[in-house]
Amino acid sequence: MSETRKPPTFHPLIEMTIVRLKEFGREPEVVFWVFAFPLLLTVALGFAFREKPPDKIPVGVAQGFEAQKRLKALEESNALMPRLYTPQEGREELRRGRISLLVTGDEAMTYRLDPTRPDARTARVEVDAALQKQAGRSDKFSATIEPVTEQGSRYIDFLVPGLLGMNLMGTSMWSIGFSVVNARLKKLLRRFISTPMRKSHYLLAQFLSRMVFMVAEVAIVAIFAWLVFDVAIRGSIALFSLTCILGGCAFAGVGILIASRVKTLEGVSGLMNVIMMPMWICSGVFFSYERFPDAAKPIIRALPLTALNDALRAVMNDGYGFAHVAPQLAILLAWTVVAGVIGLKIFRWQ
Amino acid sequence: MSEPVISCKDLRKHYPDVKAVDGIDLEVLAGECFGLLGPNGAGKTTTIEILEGINTADSGDVRILGMTWKDNERELRERIGVSLQETQLAERLTVYETLRLFRSFYRNGPYPDDLLQSLSLEEKRNSRVGKLSGGQKQRLAVACALVGEPDILFLDEPTTGLDPQSRLQLWEVVAGYRRRGGTVLLTTHYMEEAERLCDRIAIIDHGQRIALGTPQELIARLEAPHIIEFVTLPEMQESEFANISGYHGATKRGDRWQLRVDSLAESVPQLLAIVEGRGAKLETLSTHAATLEDLFVALTGRELRDV
Repeated sequence: MSETRKPPTFHPLIEMTIVRLKEFGREPEVVFWVFAFPLLLTVALGFAFREKPPDKIPVGVAQGFEAQKRLKALEESNALMPRLYTPQEGREELRRGRISLLVTGDEAMTYRLDPTRPDARTARVEVDAALQKQAGRSDKFSATIEPVTEQGSRYIDFLVPGLLGMNLMGTSMWSIGFSVVNARLKKLLRRFISTPMRKSHYLLAQFLSRMVFMVAEVAIVAIFAWLVFDVAIRGSIALFSLTCILGGCAFAGVGILIASRVKTLEGVSGLMNVIMMPMWICSGVFFSYERFPDAAKPIIRALPLTALNDALRAVMNDGYGFAHVAPQLAILLAWTVVAGVIGLKIFRWQ
Repeated sequence: MSEPVISCKDLRKHYPDVKAVDGIDLEVLAGECFGLLGPNGAGKTTTIEILEGINTADSGDVRILGMTWKDNERELRERIGVSLQETQLAERLTVYETLRLFRSFYRNGPYPDDLLQSLSLEEKRNSRVGKLSGGQKQRLAVACALVGEPDILFLDEPTTGLDPQSRLQLWEVVAGYRRRGGTVLLTTHYMEEAERLCDRIAIIDHGQRIALGTPQELIARLEAPHIIEFVTLPEMQESEFANISGYHGATKRGDRWQLRVDSLAESVPQLLAIVEGRGAKLETLSTHAATLEDLFVALTGRELRDV
């Protein structure tokens, strides 16, 4: 063999990573779930919760004493959508929740409403103000209203980092979990350990290939959200990237831990769902976890997805620096190390 | 005589429900092709996997190239090549990508493209593994075993399920490797494969070595070079054959008798006379030269292809 020929291959870690990327890219369904699905979700949720003037509250006026006059007064209000009903109809509509409040009674007016419904209170305030005004009450002062539609404070601003986090969790765990369990199932892991391949290279290659795909995944959703919904990253891009990388690592670690012993694809799917479900709900993807009981919050904050979402929101929406998100990043790092090391330790190659 | 490159003594591996390996001794010499022949479930795979260092024995001493798996795993991995039973290589990678990946694990070895050529896989270089035929997949599996230029090649059931032509191609690959001085340990339940490829054979049954030697030596152990197979109506008893000259024993499989004899010319007419004298009717009659299959039948009363 001539001395001038190049070495036949790169370092095994690089070769293994390249092979993982190729394998991954050649699975059309994976490409859909990793790239297309998060975009579709962002579009759907982005439009569903887009900014629009608050709906007018439907209210009813029962026919009878001064009904027309009351109706007219309520029509003056730009927060209300009043209609005239017979007393019987009005009660029915209220019961069915189609109107939030029914004005009845003669001179002694009655507001019928369900006090447990949040819009009933608004309706009461608005209806009362309109009717009082008609009756001659004058405002003592008039405050100006300043609508807040600043960047970083809209629902879409809250949502996009949550989707990014959720997406990182899903793709990192699925892609690693499935590829490892599949290789075990097909005895490929066994074949690998009968070569001089270092076990750590195999697992590290899973991490590295994940990182490469993650860049594309995050970039697509982030750029799309920026162009279409004007969701910008207010903090530093470097810190944002670091957060994503640490998030990806944490979930890759959890993925390896989950896949370390499972022998079937059904088994790994079930385990993934059991692990991810609580985080979808608790970790503040679609709504803030502030509504959970205080006692649960320390646990919720220690979950990797919560840490990732909190850090992403702090960097994207609030523009905070490293010091502010350091605790979250530390949690992600801890998950990476602890889950990764345990996974490696109990990993079953055959 | 050269030092054995593979040796194991009193190898044992018991699972809760079966004694997979029950006291096997083996010595394989450098440059030799050694076969473990036996039916499915005989313990061949467990034995070869212990020798490959991917399974552990309950007891017994294993030395490969004078080293042990416990102390020299990394060095040994560089110097052996393995083809496992039932490994499915990644389907979405191409032939070349697969071989290149395996090549990257080893310090030394041929260029993947050179190896593909010597295994007649160059036309499939850029085909996905999932699209290969059974024979091509198996050649690729062996290529992955050869890509580190091993001193010893371990092949577990290399041609099971292959068509005759693919089997011949694979045998040619093994022969080529041996011409370069390689040592081969293979398992098979095809006696033809064992006879064609192996210098020496150990016949394995129920986790034990029941015979050892060259194919010729083993067949000679039958002491009878010819086999007469026949079916009669009504069936005959073993005692009726005792007076046939050159008779060495008989085994019954279903309603079919197999007689081991020295000479067909002498024994067949005598047998026909006995059948006729008894008033029985001959349904079928055939003869063949004795094979390892016949030895296995003689030793165990069962056939290799029986599970």
